[in-house]
Amino acid sequence: MEENIAIELKGVSKSFGHVVANKDVNLQVRRGEILAVLGENGSGKTTLMNMISGIYYPDEGQIFVDGREVVISSPKDAFRYGIGMIHQHFKLVDIFSAAENIILGIKDKEGFSMKRSVAKVREITERYGFVMDPEKKVYEMSVSEKQTVEIIKALYRGADILILDEPTAVLTPQEIDRLFDVLRRMRDDGKAIIIITHKLHEVLSISDRVSVLRKGEYIGTVNTAGTDESSLTEMMVGKKISLNIERGEPEFPRDRLVVEKVNCISHEGTKLLDNVSFSARSGEILGIAGIAGSGQRELLEAIAGLQHIESGKILYNNPKTGKADDLRDKTPLQIRDLGVRLSFVPEDRLGMGLVGNMDIIDNMMLRSYRKGHTVFLERKQPKDLAETIIHDLDVVTPGATTPVRRLSGGNVQKVLVGREIAAAPTVLMAAYPVRGLDINSSYAIYNLLNQQKKSGVAVIFVGEDLDVLLELCDRIMVLSSGKVTGVVDARKATKEQIGLMMTGAGVEEAEEKAKKEA
Amino acid sequence: MEKQNMNAASPAAAAKKKREPFIHIVKRDAMPWYKSWAVRACAVLAALVVSAVVTMLLTGENPLMVYKTMVHRSFCSERRIWNLLQSLAMLLCVSLAVTPAFKMRFWNIGAEGQVLIGGLATAACMILLGGKIPNWLLIVVMTVSSILAGAIWAVIPALFKAKWNTNETLFTLMMNYVGIQLVSYFVMVWEVPKGSGKIGIINQAGREGWFPTVGEYDYLLNIIIVAVITVAMFVYLRYSKHGYEIAVVGESENTARYIGISVKKVIIRTMLLSGAICGIAGLLLVGSTNHTITTTTAGGRGFTAIMVSWLAKFNPIFMVFTSFLLVFLEKGANEISTVFRLNQSFSDIITGIILFFIIGSEFFINYQIKFHKAHKEAAK
Repeated sequence: MEENIAIELKGVSKSFGHVVANKDVNLQVRRGEILAVLGENGSGKTTLMNMISGIYYPDEGQIFVDGREVVISSPKDAFRYGIGMIHQHFKLVDIFSAAENIILGIKDKEGFSMKRSVAKVREITERYGFVMDPEKKVYEMSVSEKQTVEIIKALYRGADILILDEPTAVLTPQEIDRLFDVLRRMRDDGKAIIIITHKLHEVLSISDRVSVLRKGEYIGTVNTAGTDESSLTEMMVGKKISLNIERGEPEFPRDRLVVEKVNCISHEGTKLLDNVSFSARSGEILGIAGIAGSGQRELLEAIAGLQHIESGKILYNNPKTGKADDLRDKTPLQIRDLGVRLSFVPEDRLGMGLVGNMDIIDNMMLRSYRKGHTVFLERKQPKDLAETIIHDLDVVTPGATTPVRRLSGGNVQKVLVGREIAAAPTVLMAAYPVRGLDINSSYAIYNLLNQQKKSGVAVIFVGEDLDVLLELCDRIMVLSSGKVTGVVDARKATKEQIGLMMTGAGVEEAEEKAKKEA
Repeated sequence: MEKQNMNAASPAAAAKKKREPFIHIVKRDAMPWYKSWAVRACAVLAALVVSAVVTMLLTGENPLMVYKTMVHRSFCSERRIWNLLQSLAMLLCVSLAVTPAFKMRFWNIGAEGQVLIGGLATAACMILLGGKIPNWLLIVVMTVSSILAGAIWAVIPALFKAKWNTNETLFTLMMNYVGIQLVSYFVMVWEVPKGSGKIGIINQAGREGWFPTVGEYDYLLNIIIVAVITVAMFVYLRYSKHGYEIAVVGESENTARYIGISVKKVIIRTMLLSGAICGIAGLLLVGSTNHTITTTTAGGRGFTAIMVSWLAKFNPIFMVFTSFLLVFLEKGANEISTVFRLNQSFSDIITGIILFFIIGSEFFINYQIKFHKAHKEAAK
């Protein structure tokens, strides 16, 4: 067994300022094995992998490759030891073809030959069963194809220790299956594979062993065969928690927001939203599923008055006046002046929802600073609100005057969601509100959304984790390339069905296909 | 650095030789204010030591004598102190003008031109209206026209930025040259005496349009006006709704859009203000201090102001200190080159060394350098 260990970490530590990202971590990966590194967001998984791939240098500890101690101080070193990392954010040149991207930066001793390179790329794709056209340009590729290019890029450079950082985050269930098949084939070929994830069911389905990190510390390694979801969660979070979302039946749902045939075109002339129609009802959570970049952002921004639309209507049924107002092409201020209580938790928290360098009080003020007739700001109310939110939502912060960029992801989100809810909205839109949050914070956010639903708010929830969407929402609308492929009942739909709809299949077609596959 | 073959195939390469990075640069947490000021103080000290060494090597003078002269000559007489305060006030005024724009992340490097145009408007009023209308009215007209001129000069690039998203850095920079050329044209038109190539003191006989003096102190009025602007700007940026909008736009235009701030409106409004204060600086330079105008009336303050503003992190109260520092350095350096008969460039060297250390110290406030310790041998 000993000589089989491809890479070993002993007592590796790394800190950034006072923040300890990794503390005394030990890890072993054998050849011909898939090791899952499991941990919540912020538990130091990515930092650890970045140290193996030469992006960071450990403060303490040793790294062994094939039993010999090595020093990896740059990605180039990592390549020399056969370590290849596939990052969450792809590093490809858009206007180059797949093959061109793959050979970029490699010094070929026998001289440069595109033909030979393409042949070698083809050989790799066939060997592991990748689906990829080496001549295709990157800008024409889907996310999953780009990921394939990244993996082949690493293999082409002779990597036999592969690290994949959250590879499934951007894929549909079908694409995940395909990726896992490829990974298994690579494992059987003798490669050592490390896969970073925080999704338990993926860990169970793909890995041979699991190493768990919690708050930067190494908790332990278990054999996948001998473990289950709840014990992994316990290792990950440090205590037993129940992972059920309470879902009540919607009470007296009424159409609050009706979107009719909305079209939206980008600067380049491509359709971002294509004839989108749906309604969001009061007392209900409407989920929006889709591959990243299928028009989710544009749709929410169009409703919020931040995105110009070519045609269509966005009607708001005002519960106070009983009138229907068209929000199309109104600015956020005009929308508010109409008496529309629309709250929006955007995807980009610190770049749009909040100002990172401002403290919590000043961030509360974003929504309310215009109040009053003086030219001066009134900081008393925002201060009270900030303190209420810190108290009610358990925001961990030194105080209300701490810049929000200093807070952790979960606390940043609590501040943002807290502010948006404080406006007593009738429509609440949240885009990826739990992205990057640990389990406890995620559930806190789900609870907040559920409370809003109970109090009669029409909640629109754009999510990426289909399991969560199916558990939390009442109805799920699926977007594919800016089109609505269908709206399904979240209590009846299956993940496979939604996955197929995300790639463009209609409701019935997807249902049938999903059944057949199952 | 020696490259080593660490191929998996060659076990010989497992030798002890390592290419371990020697230093690490690590981002720090926020430093308490007293620590960051201690770092800055150390930087000044280090700058003085390095300057001393450079002084000795290049000139053979005793550096302590040089420093003593620098301080002494700046404060030795009442006149010199007033001079220093006046220069400080003028630099501070321009710095206050550029601050709201920079806080908004609008790179207004056109303060030089805006000051000049403000000064030109002042001079024009003095020359064309001097003696024709009552003096108090003349001063009012001068004030209004200089503020307007500065504001217009600044708002042109802002309008283009808002409308067509042009690059404000290049635009404001170019507006400087247009301003300078306009001034040199009007210097020719109004030159006194003809053929001298300069305007000379305007209305020297009747003192029309000259600002009154407070008591017997020539510069006191300027200093008071700038002090008032300093406090007003501090309040405006920190406690007014406008100031808040400027901060939001500067931090993130997306957030501004999200909460319904019209970014264009804020850009235009803020540049009007920025230009208006530059106009006031021009007014004070021409109407109250020099009583003439040349192409160098602004004297590079439009650029130095940027440094003043950034060093003070856009805080108008801190800017009093940073502008003092820069004015003192400049004056002091000039003094020593005169007293010790050194080349004028020598004073620039000293100023450069000191600024380098002060700006460089910000690096040590934000980052930490770690020297890597030898590997801890894992206990087996």
